[in-house]
Amino acid sequence: MAAAEFDTPKLKEYPVIPRLQEGVMKHSQPYTAKSEFQEKLGFPGELVDNWQQVAIDKMGELNKKYRSLGVYLDSCVKCGACTDKCHYYLGTTDPKNMPVARQDLFRKVYRRYFTLPGKLFPKLVGAEDLTKEVLDDWYSYFHQCSQCRRCSVYCPYGIDTAEISMAAREVMDTVGVGQKYCNEIIGKAQTIGNNLGLPEPALIDTLEGLEEDVEEETGVKVRFPVDEKGADVLLITPSADFFAEPHIDGLIGYGKVFHQAGISWTLSSYASEAANFGMFIGSYENMQKLALRIRQAALDLGVKRIVFGECGHAWRVAYSFLNTLAGPFDFLDPDYPVPQHICEVTHGLINEGKLTLDPSLNDDMVITYHDSCNVARASRMGDTPGGQFEIPRNIIKAVCNNYVDMPSYSIKEGTYCCGGGGGLLTDDLIELRVKGAMPRMEALKNVVDEYGVTHMAAICAICKSQFSKVFPYYDFSMDQIISLHQLVSNAIVLTPENATEDNDGGNDTDDENQAEAA
Amino acid sequence: MSLLTATFAFLFYIATAILVIFVARKIWIYAQTPAPLKIPTTPAPTTRAGVAFRMVKEVTIFESLFKSNKWIWLFGWIFHFGLFLVLLRHLRYFIDPVWGWVAFIQPFGKYAAFMMIIGLAGLLARRILVDRVRYISAPSDHLMLLLLIAIGVSGALMTFVEHTDIVSLKSFLIGLMTFAWATEAGLTNMPNDVILIVHLSLVVLLMIIFPFSKLLHAPGVFFSPTRNQVDNPREQRHVADWAKKLDSNKAN
Ligand code: HEM
Ligand code: HEM
Ligand code: SF4
Ligand code: SF4
Repeated sequence: MAAAEFDTPKLKEYPVIPRLQEGVMKHSQPYTAKSEFQEKLGFPGELVDNWQQVAIDKMGELNKKYRSLGVYLDSCVKCGACTDKCHYYLGTTDPKNMPVARQDLFRKVYRRYFTLPGKLFPKLVGAEDLTKEVLDDWYSYFHQCSQCRRCSVYCPYGIDTAEISMAAREVMDTVGVGQKYCNEIIGKAQTIGNNLGLPEPALIDTLEGLEEDVEEETGVKVRFPVDEKGADVLLITPSADFFAEPHIDGLIGYGKVFHQAGISWTLSSYASEAANFGMFIGSYENMQKLALRIRQAALDLGVKRIVFGECGHAWRVAYSFLNTLAGPFDFLDPDYPVPQHICEVTHGLINEGKLTLDPSLNDDMVITYHDSCNVARASRMGDTPGGQFEIPRNIIKAVCNNYVDMPSYSIKEGTYCCGGGGGLLTDDLIELRVKGAMPRMEALKNVVDEYGVTHMAAICAICKSQFSKVFPYYDFSMDQIISLHQLVSNAIVLTPENATEDNDGGNDTDDENQAEAA
Repeated sequence: MSLLTATFAFLFYIATAILVIFVARKIWIYAQTPAPLKIPTTPAPTTRAGVAFRMVKEVTIFESLFKSNKWIWLFGWIFHFGLFLVLLRHLRYFIDPVWGWVAFIQPFGKYAAFMMIIGLAGLLARRILVDRVRYISAPSDHLMLLLLIAIGVSGALMTFVEHTDIVSLKSFLIGLMTFAWATEAGLTNMPNDVILIVHLSLVVLLMIIFPFSKLLHAPGVFFSPTRNQVDNPREQRHVADWAKKLDSNKAN
């Protein structure tokens, strides 16, 4: 399935809209999920006999449950404004990766079975029967959408191809054709508590090791607690933070921030995952099951706040959906939003002067920042719209002296996806991932050449993994992608005294003993 | 009543009924269908008033389209603004006495026909010339533009070249609205002019296909969750009715 050989796109000085090359990515399909993993999530193990009818019924059901679907399928005027907005189109030149063409794979079936002109004059309005070939196209091209919503920013009606992709994936799961990578991960997270399938003892072990490493390096005992009842903060972070590079350096950063601010915190072994792949397959039920583990962990541990670590789509599910899926969180401290992003916490502490920072410690780097799509276009930080752009940048500027932005069309709400989001971060899609990263690579190269940028910071586990994988294809080195909190970690000045002196600064003094108890 | 008049009387009633009933039905469906999750494209307004302002910008200046593509924006906006003026100008056939501001826009408003036609021609040119737009176009997308161009050109011919008898046309239209055929006065005959017949036939066709075509973008935009939702998920819990049943899974 996965193509072994392909050419890495050439980077140009300025973005160029490529000409269409039909069918060049048709072969790109991820592995399908085995029946045991399908069934775990409540889907049939393999393609059901009457799949066509099941699929059409499911489309009808989704159309009743999600207004976005009906409105988007009806409203597109084929104006073409979105056609050059998808990084997968720009990187692959396959016309079915143009957002509207991707939607049309679904829309033509909707028109055929659910609209009058599609029933009467299918050819005239571009309606088509749901055939095996169409299903096959769905499987290819709805797994070439990272649900990044860039198209939705530029569509005059806000048509969000991510919504269509999610619906299409749910229909495919319902007829028994699921994607291996996503569905196996959801299964693990629902039974073991995280996407890696890391069980509690291994987690505790890893974090103890981390404590030792940090102590060795800094001389300060920074704690990384698991399942500590009565802590103030429950930290929910992507499990990649526990072991992957550069993610783990971010986790060290969170630990140091909490330590210096004197905030007691804990991880949970039951909910040891921020990522929620239920969203990628459009399954409300599966997404909710994962979200409820977080609620349960917060109740069991008796915490006052929930804070999320650096992860893009996790923050979308947390910020935008958690209250819906698993709320209300009236048992938590009403003085804090639920949930909070670690960047909101760090930013607040910097503003209050609770962190001792020496930005010159990052002077060996010139930093740029990659806005992760789900943070940029599907959520917020802070109280004002656009806080999701300003807060991370303000943190970076507080801990680094050298910062530059990439070209304006490639950042903030116009940010290009890393190429690995939406459940596509799997080796069987490596060609797609490399090609889809092209627009971001081009923008990065621009500031590397012009301003001598050495590193790109990100706040998403998927972005970090994706970039460390695809950087080498574009002649960058994999360690040029770093965690935002790694920069904080570098700049934060910890002294053993500092840790205890700071006690009087905190507002929850009674709980601080716990953090310092070690 | 001439056969022509009877035919058009019938067509207008049917077309109006289809337009009103099926568009209302769509709007009702959109209004009934929940958006179970908060999905505004952010940065999004955090208040209802802010959302109203965002929406006003979308429908008056096509804000997102402006960010997106200046050519489509230019042609699209010229066309829609022209169409808007044309429709306002047409109000004079349906109201008596004519409101002051409708009378006021008549003299310069008639040039809106050219805005409409130029905008549509630009959009059609893009559809044919730009490979990406050509790829995504179905025959109906081309035909829709041609239909509107034909309506515009036939209308402009009447305005600038071959006038029709506006007085009896107006009397006919108001007669339709007041069901004059059922009274003793009866329904005035509509003028027997070829261009007018073409214009009105195409308008009837447009009214009939409106509720079943992409023209649903006009009501649709107001129901688009990415544009009409308030960005306040942490402050206010948002749960769809069908999702409430699933809430029982929750531990408490
Ligand atoms: C709330 C009112 C409306 C809004 C906000 C609106 C907005 C838009 C926008 C933003 C576009 C895309 C850009 C373009 O191609 O022009 C568009 C396209 C279009 N609109 Fe509208 N529209 C409205 C009402 C109407 C009405 C009443 C009609 C026709 C009777 C209409 C006919 C069209 C057509 C045919 C297109 C496609 C043009 C093409 O093929 O490129 N619109 N509209
Ligand atoms: C029942 C509906 C309609 C009637 C009875 C009607 C009738 C007419 C008449 C009599 C004229 C000539 C005006 C003059 O001589 O000054 C005209 C012009 C025109 N019509 Fe219509 N029309 C209708 C609907 C429409 C619609 C829906 C459109 C657009 C989509 C349209 C577009 C135009 C244009 C562009 C002109 C030329 C510019 C102008 O005079 O404003 N008409 N129409
Ligand atoms: S959501 Fe992102 S990946 Fe999907 S079609 Fe739109 S721009 Fe492309
Ligand atoms: S920008 Fe929106 S309306 Fe225009 S073609 Fe793309 S999805 Fe359709």
